[in-house]
Amino acid sequence: MQKTAHTAPIMARSGLSEAAFAWLLISPALLFIGVIVAWPLAETIRLSFTNATLGGEDYIGLANYADLLSSPKFYDTVARTFYWMFLSVSLKLVMGLIGATLLNAAIPGKALFRILVMPPWVIPVAIGVIGWKWMYNGYFGLISGLLQEFGLVQDRVALLASKTSAFYSAVVTDVWVGTPMVTLFLLAAMQGVSRDLYEAAWVDGAGRWYRFRRITIPQIMPVIVSMALLSAIWTFNSFEIIWILTEGGPRGATTTLIIDTYKVAISSQRFGEGAARAVVIVALLALFSLAYLYFLNRVNRHYGAK
Amino acid sequence: MGPNEMLIDRLTIWQKIGLYIATFLFLLFILMPFIEMLRVSLRPMSHLMTAEFSWWSKDFSLQAYRDMWVTVPLLGRYIFNSVFIALAVTVVTMIVVVPGAYAYARLEFPFKALSLGGFLAVNMFTGAVLLIPLYRVLRTLGLLNTYWAMIIPGVAFLIPTGIWLLRSYLEKIPRELEEAAYVDGASRLYTLRRVVLPLATPGLIVVATSVFIGAYAQQFLFAITFNNKREYQPLPAGLFEFVGYQDTTWNEMMAAALTGVLPVLLFFLFLQKYLVAGLTAGAVKE
Repeated sequence: MQKTAHTAPIMARSGLSEAAFAWLLISPALLFIGVIVAWPLAETIRLSFTNATLGGEDYIGLANYADLLSSPKFYDTVARTFYWMFLSVSLKLVMGLIGATLLNAAIPGKALFRILVMPPWVIPVAIGVIGWKWMYNGYFGLISGLLQEFGLVQDRVALLASKTSAFYSAVVTDVWVGTPMVTLFLLAAMQGVSRDLYEAAWVDGAGRWYRFRRITIPQIMPVIVSMALLSAIWTFNSFEIIWILTEGGPRGATTTLIIDTYKVAISSQRFGEGAARAVVIVALLALFSLAYLYFLNRVNRHYGAK
Repeated sequence: MGPNEMLIDRLTIWQKIGLYIATFLFLLFILMPFIEMLRVSLRPMSHLMTAEFSWWSKDFSLQAYRDMWVTVPLLGRYIFNSVFIALAVTVVTMIVVVPGAYAYARLEFPFKALSLGGFLAVNMFTGAVLLIPLYRVLRTLGLLNTYWAMIIPGVAFLIPTGIWLLRSYLEKIPRELEEAAYVDGASRLYTLRRVVLPLATPGLIVVATSVFIGAYAQQFLFAITFNNKREYQPLPAGLFEFVGYQDTTWNEMMAAALTGVLPVLLFFLFLQKYLVAGLTAGAVKE
């Protein structure tokens, strides 16, 4: 580093081209991505054509993929993953929009409220999830306790023990983890909207709801759509939350693609089969992102947005 | 400014009450696990498991906050490791991201858009997808079961967002200042260090903060997969030592979790003003 700093002036002055200088600057980033992401990705693709285990590996062509595509269970997992993603991301966006609107309102105490929304975002995900795991337990957990207290249920409910409630419990926790960040980004976007727009509309007699629909929402739309895509990718790949709550159970009810991949590849050490699943995840996410961006482009052009 | 601003924001008393109730409910959802963790951490284990649920009880004590250091002797180390790993990830990431972001903000070069797109595509992966070969890479480099096994993958996955965020800050700095310095005979690197970076300080703080948050939040997977040395384990993984063969000391686990995140939480509470302001000024208005 130090050496570069001393020699660079001469290099630059003596005509190190702009392109060469640029590549020099991004080379550390390229090195990291190359070693930690690109090469492992290539290796994952290669492994997906093998039956690699701890014992060794042989090339088996497309057999791993053929197995996946002929397994009804795998289609269930794919469907469950997309359902998990759509539900969780929609809820995060709705909660984030509500939160940002509330925190943006001109009421005394808003500075404090903005601070209080941050904790789930800035602590390790695993720690918040441990808190939820406790709350979901049937014997002494908060949720079961409250439900009984209000007479909504007779007996203790172990929310993570039955298939449907385990799935939605995991969704709630995922929404909880993701909401603060969406809230703060949307809040930041709302504060960036020019006051003049609101005042002009207000002078023309526009009410609060009208201003929200016709000014706030369109103005922060670019942030909403980019948050939606990022959030969708993260949720699709979300591992810790489900792993700590249920490890994919009960009876596979919370097994998303990433959990399935981890179980096959790491827990059972069937590397080849796991790699094929990882490739499917990457392919599905790439397709989803491209479709999303294509759709976005069409919408933008239609509405003449920049 | 002026009378308009007051009138446009004016709320009736009912609107205010509605806003406070809605805000209260929203924050209750956000803070409920913490309130519950606190409640659990204050009660003796035997009472937690046997008694019916109650909000408040007379047996509240700080005993778990004393016992936890005995049950898990390395707890202090785990808390330190978490912060240390996140800080190390932040420092390394920033060293890599700053020159990269500058290149994308200012310089013209072949494959610029393509390579930036490539970086952003990295966001589609998480460590979990690439664990098997990543494990082999780290083993080949001799980094398994060291701090680096958790730092290096953490850095790689935070670089793309870091470059993207910082680039949009750097683009807002007027070019003229750099051109003036360059005309005066300063080298490109000198200009970057002495002209651009000081001007970009607010952006650097925001980017470093969000890198830290990412690094602090996502330690669990790499820790349980790439490290089996207890003395290097971060808090989220170390907490599972409270899960015993027979029973889990939930109260001590919650006490340890709260104690462990408290320093970082306090730090962010002081920083939040800059954080929201920084987000407004930079990336999201892209």
